[in-house]
Amino acid sequence: MNVVVCAKQIPDPAAPQSLEPSNNLNRSGKLILDEADTYGVEMALQLVDAAGSGEVTVVSMGAAADVAGLRNALAMGAAKAVIVSDDTLRGADALTTAKVLAAAIGRLEPDLVLAATESSDGYTGTLPVQLAELLDLPSITFAKKVTVNGTTINVERQTEAGYDEVTSPLPAVVTVTAGVVEPRYASFKGIMAAKSKPVEVLSVADLGLGDVVAAGTGQAVTRVVAAEARQSGEKHVDDGDGAQKIVAFLESIKVI
Amino acid sequence: MTLSSLWVLAEPSNGSLTTGSLELLSAAHALATNVAAITWGDANAVAALAGEYGASTLYSVGDLGGALPGAPVASAIARLVESHGAPDAILIPTSYDGRDVAGRLSAKLNATVLTNVTGLADNAGLETEHPIFGGTQSAFARFTGSAPGIVVVRAKSFAAESTGGSPAVVAAAPIGDLGASGEARVLASHVEERTGPQLEDAAVVVSGGRGLGSADKYALIEELAGLLKGAAGASRAIVDAGWVPYSRQVGQTGKTVKPTVYLACAISGATQHMVGMKGSKNIVAVNKDPDAPIFQIADLGIVGDVNSVLPALIEALRQRA
Ligand SMILES: Cc1cc2nc3c(=O)[nH]c(=O)nc-3n(C[C@H](O)[C@H](O)[C@H](O)COP(=O)(O)OP(=O)(O)OC[C@H]3O[C@@H](n4cnc5c(N)ncnc54)[C@H](O)[C@@H]3O)c2cc1C
Ligand SMILES: Nc1ncnc2c1ncn2[C@@H]1O[C@H](COP(=O)(O)O)[C@@H](O)[C@H]1O
Repeated sequence: MNVVVCAKQIPDPAAPQSLEPSNNLNRSGKLILDEADTYGVEMALQLVDAAGSGEVTVVSMGAAADVAGLRNALAMGAAKAVIVSDDTLRGADALTTAKVLAAAIGRLEPDLVLAATESSDGYTGTLPVQLAELLDLPSITFAKKVTVNGTTINVERQTEAGYDEVTSPLPAVVTVTAGVVEPRYASFKGIMAAKSKPVEVLSVADLGLGDVVAAGTGQAVTRVVAAEARQSGEKHVDDGDGAQKIVAFLESIKVI
Repeated sequence: MTLSSLWVLAEPSNGSLTTGSLELLSAAHALATNVAAITWGDANAVAALAGEYGASTLYSVGDLGGALPGAPVASAIARLVESHGAPDAILIPTSYDGRDVAGRLSAKLNATVLTNVTGLADNAGLETEHPIFGGTQSAFARFTGSAPGIVVVRAKSFAAESTGGSPAVVAAAPIGDLGASGEARVLASHVEERTGPQLEDAAVVVSGGRGLGSADKYALIEELAGLLKGAAGASRAIVDAGWVPYSRQVGQTGKTVKPTVYLACAISGATQHMVGMKGSKNIVAVNKDPDAPIFQIADLGIVGDVNSVLPALIEALRQRA
C-alpha cells in the first residue's frame, strides 16, 4: 500500500509570531515539521507496515530553502518527499494550496492520502477535504483510529457526542487527530538514512499549473488591530482560605 | 443593508438544529434581506425553528442514506447555486460536518473559504473578523472574487435570537452525481456518557490542566462541575495526554465557551487556551505559580495548590447543597 502524507513546514508555534507588511504570516525564521503532521507520518508508516508492502511519500507545499522538517519525516521512516515550491505561491490560500497539492499527489496515484485535521499555523482545516474533492476521492475527517482491510478503510471519527464508525473504499483522503497514534522519535540510523533519501523540488511550471496561481486568491486582509485586553481582578495567595474566597465570589455573581 | 442574500448551513441534531446553526441564522437575519437555510434529514421537523430564527426558505437535501454529510450536502448546495444563482455568502458552522461541507463546496464552486470567523459586518460588502495569534490581534478580511464566499464561523460568535418569524418554506435541494467522492458511510454511532449540560451551553465551566498531575485527578474537576451544575472542560495538554476526550478541549483547536463563570484549575493560560475562554463573563483561576499568565485575565486568582483548594471547595459546596 502506498500512502501519501501531506505535511507542512511551519514557523515554530511556540515562538513569537508576526505578520509581514503584506499581512502574510512571517515565515522567515527557521521552519519545523508541523507536529500535527507527525501523527499522519506515524499512521502511514504503521499502515504500510501492516500491509506488508508499499511506501510512504511526504508531499508538501512551501519554501524549500530549508527542508529539515521534511527530513525529519524521512528520518521517521518515509521513503521520499516531494515539495512544491515557487515564489508565485507566496500567500496562497487554502484552495490554491489544495490545487497545487492535488496536482503533485495525483501523479503518485496513492492508495491513501493522510493529512492532519488542521495545521498549527493556518488552522483553516479545510484543505484536506478540498483536496479530496479535487481528486474526486471520498474523505473521512477527524479520525481517532484507522485500520485498513484490503481496499477498505475503517475509521473511528470523532463526533460531538462520541464517535462514529465510518468506512470507505480506497483510495481515500483521511485526516487524523493528535493522539491517533504515538509518533516515534527518529532513531540515529533513521536520521542518517534520511540524508540520502530523495527530496524532489517541483515548481508550478513543473506541474503545469500556471493558470491556477495566476487566478490569485479570492480574499484580502483589510486591517489588523490589537484585540481588546481583559483586565485582571484580585489575586489571593491561598493560606487555607482559597476555597472560601471562591465560594464568596460565586455568591457575588449569583452562580450559587 | 447592502447584502441581499445569505445562506446558512443548518445542521440537524436530534430532531432540532445545532445551537451554532441558530447563531448563524440570527447573524444572517441581522445582515441580509433574504436568508435561506440548508439542512438534511427531516427538514419538515425543523422548518418552524429555522423560520423562527430568520430563514424564509429551508432547502432540504433529504435523507443521506448513511453517507457522511460533506460530499452530498455540498453537491446539493452547488446545484442550488447553479439553479438559483449565488447568494452573497454561505455561512457554515465550525463543526465536524460543517468543515467537510465547506471544503467540498469550495472546491466544487471554485470559491474562497474564510475560516475561524468570529465576527461579520456589512462594511460596503461582507467583512469577516478572525482572531489571530491566540486572540491577541484581530484580522479583518473580505472576499475579492465572485460570489458566493464561504464563511466558516466559530460557535458563540453570535447570540441565537428568535425573530418570531413564521415557519420556513421547505424546498427540495437534490444531490448531484457524487462519483467516488460520496462513498464514505457511517456504520454506527457511539455516544459517550455525559451528564449535565453541553460544554458550549453551560453557565459554569470548570476546566482542568496538566497541573492536576494525573488523569485520576480529573475526577475533582468533574465533581466540581457537577456541584455547580456546569460542564467539565480541559486544556489541550491533558487531551493530548489522553486523560480526557477531545470534545472537552477549550481553545483555538477546541471549543469556544462563554459561560457566566469559567474556573481554570492548574491551567497556565497559553494564548491558544485563552482564545477559547476569555469571552467568559467571569474567570476564576487556581494555579500554584503566581506568575501564570492565566492570572492576567482572571477576575479572581487563587495562588495555591489544586490538591488542597479543590477538595476544600468541593466540601464547601457539598455542605451548601
Ligand atoms: C497550534 C496550537 C494550538 C493549540 N490549541 C490549544 C487549545 O485549543 N487549547 C489549549 O488548551 N491549548 C492549546 N494549545 C497548547 C497550549 O499552547 C498549551 O501548551 C496548553 O494550553 C497548556 O496546557 P496546560 O495549561 O494544562 O499545561 P501547562 O502549560 O503545563 O500548565 C500547567 C499549569 O499548572 C500549574 N500547576 C502545576 N501543579 C499545580 C498544582 N498542584 N496546583 C495548581 N497549579 C499547578 C502550573 O503552574 C502551570 O501553570 C495549542 C498549541 C498550539 C501550538
Ligand atoms: N502547504 C501545505 N503542504 C502540505 N500539506 C499541507 C499544506 N497546507 C495544509 N496541509 C495539510 O492539510 C492539513 C490541514 O491544513 P489547514 O487546512 O491549513 O488547516 C495540514 O495539517 C496538512 O496536513
